[in-house]
Amino acid sequence: MALPERPDVRDRPSIGVDEWVARHGERRVRRTGRLAPAFRAVERIPPPARIAPFVALAALLPFLTSSDYVISVGFDTLIYVLLALGLNVVVGFAGLLDLGYIAFFGFGAYAYAEFSSKQFHMHWPTWGTVPIVMVATALLGLLLGLPSRRLLGDYLAIVTLFFGQAFVTFVSNANRITPPGHSGPVDFTGGPNGIPNVDPWNLFGLKIGSTKGYFYLALVIAVVVMLALYFLKESRTGRAWRALREDPLAAELMSMPVNRLKLLAFMFGAATAGLTGTVFAAYQQGVFPSNFDVPLLITIYAMVILGGTGSLVGVAIGAVTINVLLEILRTADQARFVFYGFILAGLLRFLRPLWALAAVLAGAAIFGIALHELVPHVVSGATGGTAEGGGWLSRAAHAWVLLPKNGTLVGNYCYVGLVGLVLLLVLLRGALRLVLLAPVLYLAAFVWENRLVQEPSITRLILLGAILVVLMNARPQGLLGTARVEIV
Amino acid sequence: MNWSLFFNLLANGLVLGSIYALIALGYSMVYGILKLLNFAHGDVFMIGAFIGFFVLQGLGGAGNLSVPNWVAISLMFLAAMAGCGALGMVIERFAYRPLRNAPRIAPLISALGVSFFLESTALLLFSARFRNYDPNFRLVSFDSGVTIGPVFVSSLRILTVALTLALMVVLTALVSWTRTGKAMRATSFDREAAAMMGIDVDRVIVWTFVIGSALAGAAGVMFGLVYGQVYHLMGFNAGLKAFTAAVVGGIGNIPGAMLGGMLIGLAEAFATGYLPQGSTFVDLYVFSLLIVVMLVRPSGLLGTRAIQKV
Repeated sequence: MALPERPDVRDRPSIGVDEWVARHGERRVRRTGRLAPAFRAVERIPPPARIAPFVALAALLPFLTSSDYVISVGFDTLIYVLLALGLNVVVGFAGLLDLGYIAFFGFGAYAYAEFSSKQFHMHWPTWGTVPIVMVATALLGLLLGLPSRRLLGDYLAIVTLFFGQAFVTFVSNANRITPPGHSGPVDFTGGPNGIPNVDPWNLFGLKIGSTKGYFYLALVIAVVVMLALYFLKESRTGRAWRALREDPLAAELMSMPVNRLKLLAFMFGAATAGLTGTVFAAYQQGVFPSNFDVPLLITIYAMVILGGTGSLVGVAIGAVTINVLLEILRTADQARFVFYGFILAGLLRFLRPLWALAAVLAGAAIFGIALHELVPHVVSGATGGTAEGGGWLSRAAHAWVLLPKNGTLVGNYCYVGLVGLVLLLVLLRGALRLVLLAPVLYLAAFVWENRLVQEPSITRLILLGAILVVLMNARPQGLLGTARVEIV
Repeated sequence: MNWSLFFNLLANGLVLGSIYALIALGYSMVYGILKLLNFAHGDVFMIGAFIGFFVLQGLGGAGNLSVPNWVAISLMFLAAMAGCGALGMVIERFAYRPLRNAPRIAPLISALGVSFFLESTALLLFSARFRNYDPNFRLVSFDSGVTIGPVFVSSLRILTVALTLALMVVLTALVSWTRTGKAMRATSFDREAAAMMGIDVDRVIVWTFVIGSALAGAAGVMFGLVYGQVYHLMGFNAGLKAFTAAVVGGIGNIPGAMLGGMLIGLAEAFATGYLPQGSTFVDLYVFSLLIVVMLVRPSGLLGTRAIQKV
C-alpha cells in the first residue's frame, strides 16, 4: 500500500539556511577547470569597473551605424535602463511594490516641460531645472509614501497604482482648471494634447540637438546613476534595505528605522525616474499623457524581474534584452525568427534525452505536413489565407502550417485552445507530455502564423504578461539575481 | 436643495456601489485567506462582461431574442458566473499556487502579469472597439419602474441592486453556515492552524477563488446591462475602484467589502454631481477619499488591526 504524500510536502523549503550558506560558499570555491583563471581574473576587477566594456561597446554604437533609427532605439534602451535601475531601488533593494512608478517618470517629464516650454513662457537653464525636478519628484514620492508608512507593502501597492492612474487623469484634464482667486481657467498641462515644443537640454550654452547627442547624454547619465546606485547598495543604507527586504520584522528588531528606510528607497526611486523624465521630455521635444500609461509600467517590471531584482547589472541586461526583443517583434520576418528560435532553444534546454527531442520535432513536422496535405480535401476554406512576410523561414513555415481563409476567427479559437493546452502540458508528466507536445507545437505555429504575427503590437503585450507569470513561477530571482535564503 | 438631483445621484451611486461591492468581495476574500492582492480580479470582471455579451449575441441579440427576456438574463448571469469561476480556478492553480511559499512580492508580480495577459488577450480576441451590450435597453426596459417620492427608479436599477443584495445574502449564508464557509473562516484566521486541524487548505483556497470570481462575473454582466458598453480595458478602472472599496471597508472583511463598495459608489456619484468638475476628476476625488481613510483608519472602516505574531 502506498503511503499518501505528506500534506505539507510542497510548502516545505527545499534546503535550510546553513545548507544554503554552505552550498553558496562551495560554489565560489569550486570554480576550477579550464575557465577558472578567467573567473578569478574577473573577480579581481572591482565591480564598478566591470561595466566598462559594455559602456565602451555602447559608446561605439553611433560609429557602427549611420541609421538614426538604430541610435534612437539605443536611446530608448538607455531610458529603459535608467527607469529599470530606479525601480530596482524600490522593488529590488527594499522589496516594496511601487505601481505608481511611471507617474514619477511622468511628473519629471511634465515638470521639465513646464519650466522649459511656451506653456508658462519659462525657459530655465537645464542645470537649474534638473536638480529642482529631481528634488520635487523625491518629495512627491515622500508625500505619497507617508499615508502608507504604517501599513504593509500591499497598501503601498494599491495607493501607488491609484496614484499612477490619478496622475494620467490629472494631466489629461488639467487644461481648464480655475485656481482659487483667479479669474478664468488656466491651462496647466495642455490636456490630452500634451505640451509641445519643449526646449532641448542646454548645459551651459551647449544645446543637445541630435539623436546622437541624446544617446551620449543618456549613456553618461546611465553610467553615473549606475555607479551611484552601486555605492548606495554597498552602503549602510543599502545593507539595511536588503535586511528590510528579507525580513522587515527582524530588521525592526535590530533597531533599523524601517519606515524611514522604506520612504528613503521610495524617494531614491522617484528621483531617478524624475531625472529620466527630464531627458525623455527633452528628447521627444514634448510630453503627452499617453506616454505614461500602464503598459510602460508592465514593461519596466518585466525588465527588472527578468534581469533579477536587486542586481544592478542584471537589471540593465534585462532592460536591454526586453527592449531589443520588443523592437525586433515589430516586423513579421524578424519576429518569426525570434519565435521559432525561442521554441527551439527552449526544447533544446529542457527536453532530455535527445531522442525525445528528435521524436517530438519529427512528430510535429509529420503531424503538420499530414494536416497540410489532408485537411484541404476535407474542409473547404482551409487554405487561401494571406501569408505575412517573406524569406526562407516564412516559405518553410507556410509549407507546413495551414492558412485558412478566415484566419482571424480560427486563429482566435485556436489561441484560446493553445493557452489551455499549454497549461495542461504543465500539469502532465512523462510520456503523455511528450505525446501532447508535438500537436501543441504545431498549434503554436498555427496561431503564430495566422494571428499573432499580424498583430505585433498586441503580441508584445501578451508576451510581457506571460514573461512575468512564467518567470515568477520558474525563477523568481530572475536571470542574474541570487536565490533567496529560505528561513525555516 | 435640488432633491430630484440628490435622489437620482443616490440611485446612481447604489447601482455603481453594487457593482463595486461585488468585485470588492472577491478581492477581500482572497486577501483574507492568502494575504494576496489579486490584481487580475478586475480583468476577470471584464471577461465576465464579455461572456454575458457573447451569450446574448448567441441568443440572437437584444432586439430579437429566441427566448424570453428573463431566460436570457438568467443565462447570461449563469454563464458569466460559471465561466469566471472556472477562470479564477485556473488562475489560482497556475499563477498563485506554485508561489504559495515564495517571497511576498512574487505572487503580486505574478498577479500583475496575469492581469496584463488577460487584458491583452481580450484585446487580441475582441479587438479594441466598444461592444454595445443592449443598446436600447430592450432586455430590461429602462422606462418601466417605480416612482419613489420625487424620482423615478427604473426596473433595471432595481434589478441590479436587488440581485446584488441577494448574492450577498447567499454569500453570507455560505460563509456562516456551510462546512466550506467554516473552513474558509478558519483558514482566513490562521492558515497553518487550519491545516493542522485537518482542513484541506488548497481546496478552501480554490473555493475562495471560484466564489470571488463568480461574483465578479455577475458584476460584469450587471455593468454591461446598466452601462451598455463593454471593452477590454474596463477591468482596470473598475478593479481599481473595487480595490479601493475593499481597502476602505477593511480588506479581508466581507461585510466591510460590501460597505466599502457602496460607499465608493455613492462617493463617486455624489462627486460627479456636486463637486467642481466632478465628472472629469472623479478619480482624483475617490483617490483623496482613499488617502483620508488610510490616514484616519489604516485598517479600514470595519477592519480590526492585525497583531503581528512571530
